[in-house]
Amino acid sequence: MSLGGGLATTVALLSAAVVIVPIMQRLGLGAVLGYLAAGVLVGPAALTWVTEVEFLRHFSELGVVLFLFLVGLELEPKKLWQLRLSIFGLGTAQMLATAGVAAGALILLDWSPSEALMGGLGLALSSTAIGLTLMRERNFLPTTAGQAGFSVLLFQDLAIIPILALLPVYAPLKAQGGVENPHAWIVASVIVGIIVGGRILLRPVLRFVASAHLRETFTALALFLVLGISLVMEKLHLSMGLGAFLAGVLLADSEYRHALETDLEPFRGLLLGLFFMTVGMSIPIEAVLAQPLALFLGVGFILALKIALLLSLARIFKIPRSQATFFSLVLSQVGEFAFVLFAMAKEWGFLSSEKSGLLLAIVALSMVSTPILLWVYDRITARKEKTSSQSREADKIEDESHPVIIAGFGRFGQIIGRLLHANGIGTTVLDYEPEQIELLRRFGFKVYYGDATRLDLLEAAGAAKAKILVVAIDDVDASIKLIDLVREHFPHLKIVARARNVQHVYELIDRNVSVWERELFEGSLNAGTEVLRLMGWTAFSAQKAAHRFRDHNIAMIMDLAPQRKNQKEMATRAQAARDDLAKMMAKEHAKREDSESAWNTQ
Amino acid sequence: MSSLLFVFAHPDPNRSRANRAVLDRVRDLSNITISDLYEKYPRFHIRVAEEQALLEAASTIVLQYPMYWYSLPPLLMLWIDDVLTEGFAYGKSGNALRGKNFCLSFTTGGGSEAYSPQGYHERPITDFLPPLMQTARLCGMKWLEPLILHGASRATPEQIDAHARHVRTQLEALT
Repeated sequence: MSLGGGLATTVALLSAAVVIVPIMQRLGLGAVLGYLAAGVLVGPAALTWVTEVEFLRHFSELGVVLFLFLVGLELEPKKLWQLRLSIFGLGTAQMLATAGVAAGALILLDWSPSEALMGGLGLALSSTAIGLTLMRERNFLPTTAGQAGFSVLLFQDLAIIPILALLPVYAPLKAQGGVENPHAWIVASVIVGIIVGGRILLRPVLRFVASAHLRETFTALALFLVLGISLVMEKLHLSMGLGAFLAGVLLADSEYRHALETDLEPFRGLLLGLFFMTVGMSIPIEAVLAQPLALFLGVGFILALKIALLLSLARIFKIPRSQATFFSLVLSQVGEFAFVLFAMAKEWGFLSSEKSGLLLAIVALSMVSTPILLWVYDRITARKEKTSSQSREADKIEDESHPVIIAGFGRFGQIIGRLLHANGIGTTVLDYEPEQIELLRRFGFKVYYGDATRLDLLEAAGAAKAKILVVAIDDVDASIKLIDLVREHFPHLKIVARARNVQHVYELIDRNVSVWERELFEGSLNAGTEVLRLMGWTAFSAQKAAHRFRDHNIAMIMDLAPQRKNQKEMATRAQAARDDLAKMMAKEHAKREDSESAWNTQ
Repeated sequence: MSSLLFVFAHPDPNRSRANRAVLDRVRDLSNITISDLYEKYPRFHIRVAEEQALLEAASTIVLQYPMYWYSLPPLLMLWIDDVLTEGFAYGKSGNALRGKNFCLSFTTGGGSEAYSPQGYHERPITDFLPPLMQTARLCGMKWLEPLILHGASRATPEQIDAHARHVRTQLEALT
């Protein structure tokens, strides 16, 4: 039964995804396999709800494009430089060794050299989705092996880009569609054009749109950016992914990185999910099931090969022994990009549909194997630890996330940021005023654009790992909203709050924020001290008077705090403010009358 | 009436080995109140009433500090100036401290041999203490034998720990 029609197809796809993906996730098999299985289920091989596979795949390739854009966005030049040894050393070694041995094995099985090359390259890839998720789940990323694993995955993500870009150029079927390869100079000038144009144009445009403070416009711009570049590349018969990746790299060190990431993430997720479903739909299930032996030998061989190579690389690159096994298991599967590569390779005529089907099935099964392998690994190490009870190695490397986050980098936050900066304490700054950001960036600050009261932005800024959050935003409601959000989701964060006024202080006290500072109090107090000096007081006695005033003032605020609970009904904040001021002035006056000398110094 | 006020005055405890070791060693004594002056008053503005209340509640007052220029760290000197006021600590009706024990516990940079007529500082350590002795006497407090660790910067961790334990034993006997 074919459901035909766009709406029905969409509903069929969504329902399969909604039912199957969470089940696979719950089983620890991951979302990618969930989408794959959902695709097989609704596709021509099983329920045949969806038949227009080719159209869907074309559409869903946008998911891959978005993915590559986000990969580019993650590539901060600084981070790349820090990890250069492990990315290009370890990464290259892993890729070349695995691809070489796998391709050699395929040639022995009578595959043609170009088929074997495609097979080898694809099988050498590991799954970023599975690997990163598992390492993050176990807090493994900050370890030596975790960083090495990250580097290997990053290198593979980078390597896939030239491979995909070169596929059309060398494609055996290139004449089929009447498509001619673009001249090299067109390719070069387009790429140079994107880089130069991107450098000059992208940021001002982003800033202009961001300053309108309309979130959906910003999202629209982000999508436009990626799709627009992809369209240009496609018109020129270049790789869409390459264009998107370049755009991402161009924006990697911009203050809009986090905002772009969080806005595009859902689109990427859905479209990539759709892509995996179409891959699932196009697996020739019957042909694959007809040769079960080849399938299982293939999976066993590739797993054994990858684990063995990773273990020896771990030794060469001095990864601590206790981490090496997990490191090689977590990267032992073949990754989702092999799906992309094999699907593309079939399309461009490198692989027969039978061979690509077999490879796709091997990839899928290898992905299923990882959770199972880790389950076994956990059992074994748990038993070992029970017998030897040795303590875990503590060789965590410096985490790249900063200990302090400053929300709001206006006049208040920037002093704090500069003090910390001057004393070598890393800070991540969130602000939504583009002009402000641009100014500070020129002075070498690391500032991100976005609304700090958004949970996803806080997460992106590393709130889970930071120690202290400085709430320096000037809007009282936003400040309270942020504090409530942080108390709920990141209870470990210590809060230092900017208070607009005494009423704000009371709202902070109600929320058990113990470190607060009124934005104008200290400055006004200092100016008052200067007035005393101009009235003839000595500097030191004026200073002492100010100190006493501060002590008294703070004590008074704390005294009045419990009383305020009774006046919650009070109509407006302004009314409450007048009431508080009247009480404080009465107290200050009483203290003066109480003993003439109380404010003076002897 | 056996509570102990431990007035701790080190400008940078993170860099102190000996003074902090003593502080850590006595921290959990029963009936002890720790008053970390540099932590409470980084702006050198002492809340006098609060400090006087702490003194009144104690039966023994211990000052723990590194010796600076044969004397006290500046904030501890200021504390004496500001808190031991006329009418509270001395003078007419100034007998809040009368009868309390007063004990100095300090560290020196030079070794014990430096504090002798032939040594680098040319005098025994007791020659540098009379102003504080007289302060205690004026306030009617009982002067206890000072607890001194000489050569604190060169002392081995074992020596420092032994000294900290010694201080603890002495103070325990008082509470």
